[in-house]
Amino acid sequence: MRLKKSIAISENGFVFNAARGDSFSTNPIGLFILEMIKAGKDTKVVQQEVTNKYAIDDSTAERDIHDFVKMLKQYDLLD
Amino acid sequence: MTKLRYERPVIKALNTGVTNKFGAQQGFIPHTHIDGVAVKDLIAEHGSPLFVISEKTLRDTYRKAKSAFSTRYPNVQFAWSYKTNYMNAVCNVFHQEGSWGEVVSRFEYEKALRNGVPGDKIIFNGPDKTTDDHRVAIANGSPIHIDHLDELYSLIELSDEMDKRPRVAIRINMDTGIQPMWDRFGFNYENGQAWDAINKIMHSKKLDLIGLHCHIGTYMLAAQAYGVAASKMADLALNIKKKFGHSIHYLDLGGGFASKNTLKGAYLSGSDVAPTFADYAEHISTALLNAGFEPDELPLLILETGRAMVDDAGYLLGSVLANKRLSDGRRATILDFGVNLMFTSFWYEHTISPAQECSQYAEDAVLYGPLCMNIDVIRENVKLPPLNKGDQVVVHRVGAYNMTQWMQFIALRPRIVMVDLDSKVHLVRDSEDLDYMMHLERVPEHLKSFEL
Repeated sequence: MRLKKSIAISENGFVFNAARGDSFSTNPIGLFILEMIKAGKDTKVVQQEVTNKYAIDDSTAERDIHDFVKMLKQYDLLD
Repeated sequence: MTKLRYERPVIKALNTGVTNKFGAQQGFIPHTHIDGVAVKDLIAEHGSPLFVISEKTLRDTYRKAKSAFSTRYPNVQFAWSYKTNYMNAVCNVFHQEGSWGEVVSRFEYEKALRNGVPGDKIIFNGPDKTTDDHRVAIANGSPIHIDHLDELYSLIELSDEMDKRPRVAIRINMDTGIQPMWDRFGFNYENGQAWDAINKIMHSKKLDLIGLHCHIGTYMLAAQAYGVAASKMADLALNIKKKFGHSIHYLDLGGGFASKNTLKGAYLSGSDVAPTFADYAEHISTALLNAGFEPDELPLLILETGRAMVDDAGYLLGSVLANKRLSDGRRATILDFGVNLMFTSFWYEHTISPAQECSQYAEDAVLYGPLCMNIDVIRENVKLPPLNKGDQVVVHRVGAYNMTQWMQFIALRPRIVMVDLDSKVHLVRDSEDLDYMMHLERVPEHLKSFEL
């Protein structure tokens, strides 16, 4: 799971794909996950970091991160 | 270390060039309380889903409507349209405020009687009245609004049989410039049917023609159409006076005023385009005051507005059952109430608010009900903050028709509560249970047992 090189992420959650000109917005937790993916962390680590930082159980975090990653693929943001 | 409040991660594609010149409110204000009572407490006490009626909004809306008309016309009477919401508690709020009852079936008629409405203050409308219904209404002195000639002849026969003079009005349909024209009820004004009926009534000398009634449509966004209707009704009344020397006691302009709900496909929201009570009152009152009645012979103006009177006072509370993705990536949220409880979701884009704190990050979503049916869609496209399983939502403006047209399908119908003026919660209709549902069923003897 790698973020495409053409993706720029601003600190307030604005996401831009320079290769296609698409832009997106994400919420703070989405930004947190995107930055971890950009840093090359795998899904398990991402999930661990999310449950460490946010008040959420493992299974909900796993389900939601899985769904979020699916959307990143749908929007063609991952290699 | 205290952990941060969790919210589902969301990413949303941004599209440019689709806003309108009015802009759009993108903020989401959680609706956590109804008249001072917490939504989460209501659901904890009474379950989810749950209908909630605000007594304060009912009374405030009635008073607003009454004031709009009575400041413009000297003689106004409201009649509560039972079919819009016939929960007894709702009806009695309006009766306490001074409304008569307006019913369209024997069931509703009996309900109004049991609520304590005097027979002569129950207007009996609609095409469905049996001979027995007529007998009861005549005996009680109720105004009977005649829908068709068969009903007219039946009443003439009954007046002989009962040796009584039924108090009647005729329902008039007419062209007010609105399409579609509602011509299935009553007698037409333009083609002379209305005059035929009036002549028959007056020449029979058996019926007491006390009023004229019309109901020009529903969710009427053009207030001026009521001005046209009022003019035509006044014209009939004045000509009856001229021809027969008979004064018509009341003109009943019916209902059909729009509520602030947004119709599907509408460009602007209902709260931006729906006329106010003052708009309707201005057109109706002006037409009647200018029609040519002698000042001491102005007829009583009766109004049967239902939807605009009760929609705002009704809320439906519910919970998120699940989230999923559709094949095209859209978020689908499944709620614990569907079209079985929200019949009006077939034509309204109901406003739906989260009932707990939420972020301002919205996501496009489809809201589905829990029924195992493809048609069970509450909103086809709505922007909502990320909702998690178990989160609660508030649907606004569901007071009209949903509590009378709801379907018992697959599941049992939920409770209805009313929040009073002191923020006290009253159960006004209990939820159904299996015994309630099955007590009308009978299983033939040979079907009572089986082996599997």
